[in-house]
Amino acid sequence: MTTRYTKDHEYIRVEGDVGIVGISDYAQAQLGDVVFVELPDVGKTVAKGGEAAVVESVKAASEVYAPVSGEVVAVNDKLPDSPATVNEDPAGAGWFIKIKLADKAELDGLMSEAEYAEYLKSIA
Amino acid sequence: MLNNQGRPTSAGEAAAQSHPTFTGNRALIIEEALLFEIGRPETTGVDVPAPKAVKSRLGGQERKAPIGLVGLSEPETMRHFVRLSQKNYGIDTGLFPLGSCTMKHNPRLNEKMARLAGFADIHPLQPQSTVQGALELIEMLAHYLMTLTGTEAVAMSPKAGAHGELCGMMAIKAAIEAKGEGATRRVVLVPDSAHGTNPATAALIGFEVKPVPARADGTVHVKDVKELLGPDVAAIMLTNPNTCGIFEPEIVEIARAMKKAGAYFYCDGANFNAIVGKAKPGDLGIDCMHINLHKTFSTPHGGGGPGAGPVVLSKRLAPFAPVPFIRRKGKKLELVEHAADAGKATPFGRVTAFHGQMGMYVRALAYMLSHGADGMKQASEDAVLSANYIRAGLQDLMSVPFPDHPSMHEALFDDTWLKDTGITTLDFAKAMIDEGYHPMTMYFPLIVHGAMLVEPTESESRASLDLFIMALRDLAMRAKRGETERFAGAPFHAPRRRLDETRAARNPILRWVPPQPMQQAAE
Amino acid sequence: MRYLPLTPDDRAGMLARIGVATVDDLFSDIPADKLLKEPVNLPHHAGELSVERTLGAMAAKNVPASSVPFFVGAGAYKHHVPATVDHLIQRSEFLTSYTPYQPEIAQGTLQYLFEFQTQVALLTGMEVANASMYDGSTGTGEAVLMAHRVTKRRKAVLSGGLHPQYADVVKTLSMMANDAVVAAPADVNGTEDLARLIDNETSCIVVQNPDVFGNIRDLRPLAAAAQAKGVLLIAVFTEALSLGLIESPGAQGADIVVGEGQSIGNGLNFGGPYVGLFAAKQKYVRQMPGRLCGETVDAEGKRGFVLTLSTREQHIRRDKATSNICTNSGLCCLAFTIHMTLLGEKGLRQLAQVNHANAVDLAERLEAVKGVTVLTSAFFNEFTVKLPVNAAEAVEKMAKKGVLAGVPVSRLLPGEGFDDLLIVANTEVNTDEDREAFVNALKGVL
Repeated sequence: MTTRYTKDHEYIRVEGDVGIVGISDYAQAQLGDVVFVELPDVGKTVAKGGEAAVVESVKAASEVYAPVSGEVVAVNDKLPDSPATVNEDPAGAGWFIKIKLADKAELDGLMSEAEYAEYLKSIA
Repeated sequence: MLNNQGRPTSAGEAAAQSHPTFTGNRALIIEEALLFEIGRPETTGVDVPAPKAVKSRLGGQERKAPIGLVGLSEPETMRHFVRLSQKNYGIDTGLFPLGSCTMKHNPRLNEKMARLAGFADIHPLQPQSTVQGALELIEMLAHYLMTLTGTEAVAMSPKAGAHGELCGMMAIKAAIEAKGEGATRRVVLVPDSAHGTNPATAALIGFEVKPVPARADGTVHVKDVKELLGPDVAAIMLTNPNTCGIFEPEIVEIARAMKKAGAYFYCDGANFNAIVGKAKPGDLGIDCMHINLHKTFSTPHGGGGPGAGPVVLSKRLAPFAPVPFIRRKGKKLELVEHAADAGKATPFGRVTAFHGQMGMYVRALAYMLSHGADGMKQASEDAVLSANYIRAGLQDLMSVPFPDHPSMHEALFDDTWLKDTGITTLDFAKAMIDEGYHPMTMYFPLIVHGAMLVEPTESESRASLDLFIMALRDLAMRAKRGETERFAGAPFHAPRRRLDETRAARNPILRWVPPQPMQQAAE
Repeated sequence: MRYLPLTPDDRAGMLARIGVATVDDLFSDIPADKLLKEPVNLPHHAGELSVERTLGAMAAKNVPASSVPFFVGAGAYKHHVPATVDHLIQRSEFLTSYTPYQPEIAQGTLQYLFEFQTQVALLTGMEVANASMYDGSTGTGEAVLMAHRVTKRRKAVLSGGLHPQYADVVKTLSMMANDAVVAAPADVNGTEDLARLIDNETSCIVVQNPDVFGNIRDLRPLAAAAQAKGVLLIAVFTEALSLGLIESPGAQGADIVVGEGQSIGNGLNFGGPYVGLFAAKQKYVRQMPGRLCGETVDAEGKRGFVLTLSTREQHIRRDKATSNICTNSGLCCLAFTIHMTLLGEKGLRQLAQVNHANAVDLAERLEAVKGVTVLTSAFFNEFTVKLPVNAAEAVEKMAKKGVLAGVPVSRLLPGEGFDDLLIVANTEVNTDEDREAFVNALKGVL
């Protein structure tokens, strides 16, 4: 199991050929209290870097971009009713979507845990 | 025998204690229930005569079930809304330094004039022969606006600033299409520092928005614009003076570059109040600019409207102005309401029913006549002077992000000076409420961290400005001394403490619903 | 200058404090050749009395509705507004406040917006309403854009009974946004079949009720046809008072309801400012334009109100916002709320009945005039009549006799062969004497 990060602060945790996508702890803290989440339909094909979901706090709205290309095979149905989960447990219960990876090589361009930590330091 | 007894007139030892009241009221701050909690379906505050006895001709479409509305008698209505009004802060309450919003004095003469029956009680579709005075007023206001902006034409009908923007961008799109370039010129340049309405407007009518970075000094440089210019660019939308309160020094060069590239210059006129009578946007080379009559020309903001957003147009955009417009025909004035009657002009369409915000036109013209050319120039100078005076009075304590340029009508600070205090821009602003001030504009423009945009306008006396500066200095020193509680919990003395916006957004309650009967709730 | 508190001494002292010599040093970013040295070529300042005379002279050239028998409608209506309304909206704390972005010191505005939203939702029979639009026509344009977002289709079908100027606003906006519009031909009798214009690309049908000619329509069949094809029904009204007497659009199956609220609490004002009412089904709330006020609690647990769901709006979403709208029609919706509070359910219904009865009375009187036909069979307070002469000319002649008779259809739809049609409105302000004057003046020009 590996977790990779994007510069837009999405993470993807790869389990087999499926990646679980959410936003990082840093991203949820920057957004503030999440009040609304809009998820794609299961079965939708997303392209790497394309818009996959929307997350909103009281004063900010942000697109969640797909870290990799592939088909959306599951969405976290519980989020729309309890968006606070994104703040409480972004890496766990606050996940957004599961993508069936079209090309595992796309993961290579993403940051590792350690690289992401360095990246956060660099933008602080 | 004495029938007058002396009694103590000082409060005594219990004076310092405050205690909860039975009603929840605090003297003049009176809790007021919702209309729907105090009104009754059968109560009415108007005496309507009985209808004539006739045979109904509603075609069987009568409403059958009750609507659910409630009413109040006249005295109850008066009290309900007066109590609500007492929970509001207005310009007449105190200094209202809301940057970019221009909360200047609203003269009451303007209200009186707008209520003259000859303006307030005329119908937009009554015969034109019966509204010549109204058309005359609109024509005179148009003349004033064109003279002040140095432009050739003005579309009067837009209902507010953003609507004026939309109208102006539509004129640009029509002009581009008339040249056969509609398919290629699809990009609109918008600086990062722009009002949110600019990109929203451009996107609404199908343009692609490309950001222009602001330089470190808070301005847009012609070099950066030129790099983005090409045959695909339709226009630039630039606010001047800009949202950092700075006059764009390279605006003339930017305008020239746009023209040379075959593109148009949309100027957001939200901050026109800084330069009225000091410079004409038309002289600077802009193609169109909306004017917020409710900012620059003092028509009241009214808790969020109504506004009015006439948009002035350059010679090359003038033919595309929408209907309606006024034309002189001999001694008479004529409203042109249809493109077919427009003669040589080619209006792009219509942006609203009827002719625009007449009530606001009367108020704005009353302001202009009262000030005159000399007074409007003086008002701009006083507004700029007051903003710089505030900046001078605070800059040793609060950080100024763009010190290289003088401020125009508003002074911009960032939150660098609050670093490591644990106090945010929001906390600081809320503490101003306890001091009796409306907060400044916060977190805008977006390019400045924790922005605080202070616009005093020309309506403040020097004593008022001095007290404001002293109050902010006191707060700033307390913030730096680490008195965080005063800020984190603020406001303490307003009708409400800080409100839970997260709760409002997570579970939106957007209207009153009758409380469920007890047994239903128990099920 | 009475509005400017600074004295010459103040100015000199302030310049010294700033550390510049002259005020023009503060304008140094303006290119020197563009800085105006002298005031612009306009008259200099003037006292109150002088301004009153100038503007009063212009006002005196117009014929106010209250000075003559007055029957002009077609989208704006002359009603009596109680004195309380105008007094209350001029309270400083309402008049001179800003959009309630600081809710702790704007609960007055926020609470009345919440009450306004509730009143509009009830009146239209919808689940949610926003805090107002500029007016009915621009609101209709926004409703069409909203329907496009909801359905992800981009073609609107417009009824031939939609106010022609509303239709023009929608057409202009759609043309500019590259969206399709199908406009049905003018429908004087309210008998068009709009359902046949629906196809797979249709996002919405826009239908006005009562329509611009005055016809009351039954929206239910159209609502059913639209729903079957996943098309949204946008119900428009220009006479808000009609909702006091006829079935609400919500009860008839509308998805979005938008209209002009001027009739309640607001004067004619030559066309503005007015107040757009905008309501929809709850499930579409995130696609709605405009501001929304919502209930919450403060730090002490007390009920309070805030602007909410702001992430739809331009100041946050910028080019992805649901609308570019920023200002709404605050003070006009306060006037609406106060007048509606004074009326209450009982007063509103009764006022609506008076309007209808007066209009029926006028229709009966006109039907007795030789050569005049009332074309509208079911109406509220407005209907269309066919004259044996040119309507626009008749209106001009009647105006000279001191009667403002109505709106010639040719003013709204020139060159379409409707030169003999006149739209006539009749409200509570019209008396038997007014109606008699109307009939006599009309007879004099036939």
